[in-house]
Amino acid sequence: MSEAFLYTVEVFLNGLMAGVLYALVALGFVLIYKASGIFNFAQGVMALFAAMTLVGFQNGQVPFAHLINATFGLHVTNFGWNLHSVVAVFLTVLVMILLAWAVQRFVFRHLVGQEPIILFMATIGLAYFLEGLADLMWGSEIKTLDLCWSAGHCLPQGGNFWIEDMTAGLGGEGFYGFFIDSLDIVAAVVAMVLVAALVAFAQYTKQGRAMRAVADDHQAALSVGVSLNFIWILVWSLAGFVALVAGIMWGAKSGVQFSLSLIALKALPVLMLGGFTSIPGAIVGGLIIGVGEKLFEFLIGAPFLGGATENWFAYMLALLFLVFRPQGLFGEKIIERV
Amino acid sequence: MFYREAGEFRTTYKEDSQTFPIRFDRWRYYFVLFVAICVIPFMVNDYWVNSIFLPFLIYAIAAIGLNILVGYCGQVSLGTGGFMAVGAYACYKLMTAFPDVSMFIHVILAGVITAGVGMLFGLPSLRIKGFYLAVATLAAQFFLVWLFNRVPWFYNYSASGQINAPERDTFGILITGPNTEAWATYVFCLIFTVVSAIIARNLTRGSVGRKWMAIRDMDIAAEIIGVNPLTAKLSAFAISSFFVGISGALFFSVYLGAVEVGEAFGINKSFLVLFMIIIGGLGSIFGSFAGAAFLVLLPVALKVVGVDWLGWPTDIVAHLQLVIVGALIIVFLIAEPHGIAQLWRVTKEKLRLWPFPH
Repeated sequence: MSEAFLYTVEVFLNGLMAGVLYALVALGFVLIYKASGIFNFAQGVMALFAAMTLVGFQNGQVPFAHLINATFGLHVTNFGWNLHSVVAVFLTVLVMILLAWAVQRFVFRHLVGQEPIILFMATIGLAYFLEGLADLMWGSEIKTLDLCWSAGHCLPQGGNFWIEDMTAGLGGEGFYGFFIDSLDIVAAVVAMVLVAALVAFAQYTKQGRAMRAVADDHQAALSVGVSLNFIWILVWSLAGFVALVAGIMWGAKSGVQFSLSLIALKALPVLMLGGFTSIPGAIVGGLIIGVGEKLFEFLIGAPFLGGATENWFAYMLALLFLVFRPQGLFGEKIIERV
Repeated sequence: MFYREAGEFRTTYKEDSQTFPIRFDRWRYYFVLFVAICVIPFMVNDYWVNSIFLPFLIYAIAAIGLNILVGYCGQVSLGTGGFMAVGAYACYKLMTAFPDVSMFIHVILAGVITAGVGMLFGLPSLRIKGFYLAVATLAAQFFLVWLFNRVPWFYNYSASGQINAPERDTFGILITGPNTEAWATYVFCLIFTVVSAIIARNLTRGSVGRKWMAIRDMDIAAEIIGVNPLTAKLSAFAISSFFVGISGALFFSVYLGAVEVGEAFGINKSFLVLFMIIIGGLGSIFGSFAGAAFLVLLPVALKVVGVDWLGWPTDIVAHLQLVIVGALIIVFLIAEPHGIAQLWRVTKEKLRLWPFPH
């Protein structure tokens, strides 16, 4: 096999891995959209917020330390303890549930029955609010996220040597095997487990069935005694949990920083490709976008167009795709009536 | 008491359908124009012009443009920043290619070029709608910014990748560059803002505007009663982009003077202008002004209160600003989806009856 071909395969594999991470963010969107018809623009900022909260708990930071210090002239920064990762994750999940309740209670309860586009703009407002809140609470500097469940067992960093060694024999002298980030492999596994768990939850539990009923028809669900309020809080909590997982993966990969919330924007074309209402669509769309943008950058972008085409490729692909199939790959057919 | 229409009898169609049918409104409008044209230019200094008046006037044009698209035609766009960048770069190329032509012509031509680009990116709106379209306009935002960053022809092969406005004048008065007078830039932008507002106001209450609103309210029904969605949507994209392009050209050439595209015309700019029309009022020209004024004044006010009075560091104030803007968006969407413009309308109704409530 020629080396150029092998490098293309490597880019392809890395694209798959990146796609898994996009799909992780997209999953949260689909969950909320299916259950409440809200297109949650704030999903990415929720991932950022969750990751920052997790790091804050781990390091024992005092929330709003900066603001307190500036107002009262104190110098508090730290409680002086380092929480165990598992405890910190647990606390962060609690915070995300609290957030879900607050969002439902203070925002969307007042917007029931509004047009979808109004709800969408409200989530843009929510995104700004959360972003400012996260910065105020935990400070805006870039943080590193290390998740260790016991001493010496952390989220892996760097390339995976095993795959590199196994594949080194495929090419000639200059080929050292495929370079794939270990973290990406973990992320892929986690994403698969998460999707399986979500599908099982939606399919086999009472709450999950209620959730699907709400997604199908609000009023019918209401009339058979499903509490819309509870289901919406549940869905936002689930989305918060998915955001936390996505935040951990992206945060461990590139540090917890503002650009995390821009990754969420990348999840939008993923959704448009896969269809807003389909969980498998989110996965497949994520993989197509991930592979597509990496291959395009490698084969066309970098050699001919001056590079950095990853910024817009996903959107252009989705745009062109939508012109031919407006409901996405797996979305429900859009039927309009007057 | 002060604000009433009793005793005003209109005898012609022309009088009845004018923009400000109530005499008090009309006089208020003339008064505002008089102050803006004849008083402010003689009182302003650099600080006032650069921190308040120029951003207000320029954002007002952008908000009018976006309001035509979102508020009147119902096509949500997140590509405003990208279209402003088109206006800025078109203006820059024109300024450097034809140094002797008046700035007025450059800015208007920049608007025309942006209108063309806007129509191109508006084409998908014929097939997709709602937030699918909103996401599709993100493609315009990211692609255009990338294009201006990566193709050296657009920034005349300058080493820094920035564009700098050279000194240009109109009727012998310097408008761009470092040596301008505060009043000159103010008046230049004011002319564009006032003319844009008058054009937009008359378009939106004419047949074009009614077609847009029909498309906004229900596109299929509009099509059935004979509105051509192709021309209606594309004209909305074109005219909206025209105004946005003008504001981008002014933003670069008159206000900032030097621009790095990702920083000045990034996705945040798109959101800022969208927030202006949400807070100001969707589907209202006055709302565009109110929203622009509000979001231009808010950071200035916060800075005065937070940094100067309370002594907080600037980063806290910046974060607090995000929180406040986000919360305000939500509050406005819940309490008053039609924004400041609607508050103003309600106040006017109250004033007409005041002091007798019935």
